[in-house]
Amino acid sequence: MKLKKNIAVSEAGLLFNPVTGESFSLNPIGIEILNLLRKEKSDEEIRSAILSRYNTDNPTFEKDYQDFIGILKHNHLLESHEETKA
Amino acid sequence: MTKLRYERPVIMKLETGMPNKFGTRTEYQPMTHIDGNAVDKLMKDYGSPLFVISEKTIRKTIQKAKKAFKTRYPRVQFAWSYKTNYLNAICSIFHQEGSWAEVVSGFEYDKAISLGVDGKKIIFNGPEKSEEDLTKAIRNDSLIHIDHLDELYTISELAEKQKARPRVAIRVNMDTGVYPMWDRFGFNYENGQAWDAINKIMHSDNMELVGLHCHIGTFMLAPSAYGIAATKLAELALSVEEKYKHEIKYIDLGGGFASKNTLKGAYLPGSDTNPTFDDFAEVISSALLNSNFKPERLPMLILETGRALIDEAGYLLGSVISNKRSSTGRRNTILDIGVNILFTSFWYDHKITPAQAFTHYSEDTCIYGPLCMNIDVIRESASLPLLNKDDRVVIHNVGAYNMTQWMQFIALRPNVVLIDMDEKPHVIRLRETLDNMNSMEKVPAHLKKFNVELY
Repeated sequence: MKLKKNIAVSEAGLLFNPVTGESFSLNPIGIEILNLLRKEKSDEEIRSAILSRYNTDNPTFEKDYQDFIGILKHNHLLESHEETKA
Repeated sequence: MTKLRYERPVIMKLETGMPNKFGTRTEYQPMTHIDGNAVDKLMKDYGSPLFVISEKTIRKTIQKAKKAFKTRYPRVQFAWSYKTNYLNAICSIFHQEGSWAEVVSGFEYDKAISLGVDGKKIIFNGPEKSEEDLTKAIRNDSLIHIDHLDELYTISELAEKQKARPRVAIRVNMDTGVYPMWDRFGFNYENGQAWDAINKIMHSDNMELVGLHCHIGTFMLAPSAYGIAATKLAELALSVEEKYKHEIKYIDLGGGFASKNTLKGAYLPGSDTNPTFDDFAEVISSALLNSNFKPERLPMLILETGRALIDEAGYLLGSVISNKRSSTGRRNTILDIGVNILFTSFWYDHKITPAQAFTHYSEDTCIYGPLCMNIDVIRESASLPLLNKDDRVVIHNVGAYNMTQWMQFIALRPNVVLIDMDEKPHVIRLRETLDNMNSMEKVPAHLKKFNVELY
């Protein structure tokens, strides 16, 4: 999973997609995950990074992470498989 | 190393200039304590969900209401509306504060008697009073508010049989300028039914007409409607005095004052917009004082206010069962609080506050209950902080009607805890059990054995 290259994210959690002109806001943990995705970290690496820093358990984070990724996909913020291959 | 507090990751699209049915974020502080008791501990000790009632708030509210009226009108009496919340402990608080009992069924009448209320201080309203109920009420010299002519004739017959002269009032319905007009209780003012009923009573030796009553509506947001009602009842009372030289002892304006809840569809929160006791008191007192009653013969003003006196004292505590997404991507949160115990969620957008710390991030959320029924929706839309599974929430202003209109449906009804003036919790109604439910059922002998076959 990889964040689209042209997506801009500010430190305060404001995300801008120049292709669609849409803006989004994120909470701090959302920014953290986004930055890990930008660095092309795997799901496993992201899970491990978050679980080591935050007071939560694997099933809770796994559920929330999949939900978060789903919303990123829904808003076309991640590279699709085809795009990645191309 | 201490780990950071977890909050689930969220990303929200920013839309400017678009109407948002979820409204703006309303919660800024968690509600961690109720009258000095930690919400967390209350739920650990008494379970989730849990009704919590603040005795301090009840007393403070009734005292505020009494002050609003007594500073404006010399003779005021409150009567506690049993149907609003008839848990024995709650009724007892109102009776300690000097309220009479206002009941609308034989069951409620017996409840008031069993609590030790003097029969003379029970107002018996409602369209259904059996002969047995009326016989009791006549024997106890209670105030019987007549709803229809059949009841009037029944009382007359019973009075003759009992050789008693019951004290009665008639229930009057009228146009007070509000929609919908409530015309199902009692006799109509405008078409002369009320005057007709008054004449029938006045020509009977079997009853003493002591009062006039009305119940003009519920959750009234226009105090002016009470001014019109008070003026019309005053005119009727003065007509009785003129024709029969008979003094009407009291005018009872019933209930219906709005609480601080927010009605569905309202743009602004009820806590900011709904009338206060002072607003109602000003209009009602002015209408009565400006009528033609002689100062020494002002009738007593009776108020059967229920909702506005108890709503704010009640909280419903619950837990998050799960967060989900709908097919359209909307956030859905499931609580362990269903409409079976929060009936008023059909009428109000109840204020919901998390009971633990949260950040300033919020999410548009639909709040569902745990029942396997599509109608089990607590809030269709609320902008709430990010809630995790097992987080706790406090639902506000639930003191009225929920503990009387609740249903044993799918789940059992929870404990009700009263926090007293010294901030000590007491269970005032026990959580239901399977044994409670089964104890009321009987299974015929031929149905006691069965064999469930395995496929």
